[in-house]
Amino acid sequence: MKIKVIVTLKSGVLDPQGKAIQQTLNGMGFENVKDVRQGKYFDLDINENDEQKAKHSAEEICKKLLANQVIEDFKII
Amino acid sequence: MNSSVIIFPGSNCDRDMDVALKKFGFKNKMVWHDDDKLPKSDLIVLPGGFSYGDYLRCGSIAGKSKIIQSVIDFANSGGLVLGICNGFQILTETGLLKGVLQQNKNIEFICKNVFVKINNSENKFFENIDKDVLEFHIAHNEGNYFCSEDELKSLEDNNQIAAYYCSSDGKVDDKSNPNGAIKNIAGIFNEKKNILGMMPHPERMIDKYLSGEDGSKFFENLIRNLK
Repeated sequence: MKIKVIVTLKSGVLDPQGKAIQQTLNGMGFENVKDVRQGKYFDLDINENDEQKAKHSAEEICKKLLANQVIEDFKII
Repeated sequence: MNSSVIIFPGSNCDRDMDVALKKFGFKNKMVWHDDDKLPKSDLIVLPGGFSYGDYLRCGSIAGKSKIIQSVIDFANSGGLVLGICNGFQILTETGLLKGVLQQNKNIEFICKNVFVKINNSENKFFENIDKDVLEFHIAHNEGNYFCSEDELKSLEDNNQIAAYYCSSDGKVDDKSNPNGAIKNIAGIFNEKKNILGMMPHPERMIDKYLSGEDGSKFFENLIRNLK
């Protein structure tokens, strides 16, 4: 079963890369871009047919490795 | 005194650390990350570098490697653990130390000498050290220490901040903060002060002619405290 995971920085945590991207976009003429936050995206192929079980595994995986919950949040989709 | 330096794929300060430890009298062994047992040691060092290519987050993969459970057990039983640079990042990823090392505020790799002020010398690492401002070298992209406000308060309340970035005369201010670290934090301890993680590299400051000798002071003092 395929599970998608998105890991983002918590709000309030400094994102210097996002800031640099935003400034570049502004410089390129996209002046309407007010803020950019950069995140990570993962495709997990989990050997489970039951969606609940697969999502449960994904949650454990996020907590134990994919996200550092001091500064990051994760979303399973 | 016996020490062990753990080598991960991508570590690159492991041999410098080996040279430094031996120079000041440690009998050092190199331990591969895929081993599961540590040799008998009085000190375990997680060296600097780019373990596992800094994939995912700096130190995150090394923090789950085979040898790490033995390091955690050693640390939890009171053994002395030192993590320098990537080693500090690994220690935060294992949960042995609080917080996280984020990308430098100016998104640049920083490679230069800095001064650090020792904040707590009631521990094996800094007890009896005869200088409170030391010149060390830093070389990192992710050295910007961050933790939650509650964690910062508990670090301060338990005197767990090991060292602050400062000026050559010991002033802790924004100007001497190279990477944006919260409160100029360069290194921290765990609650029991047997685990030290810091971004600066004492092992690069052990030669009178090449670098200055503040790293020599650190290692001479450390082995004296362990005897």
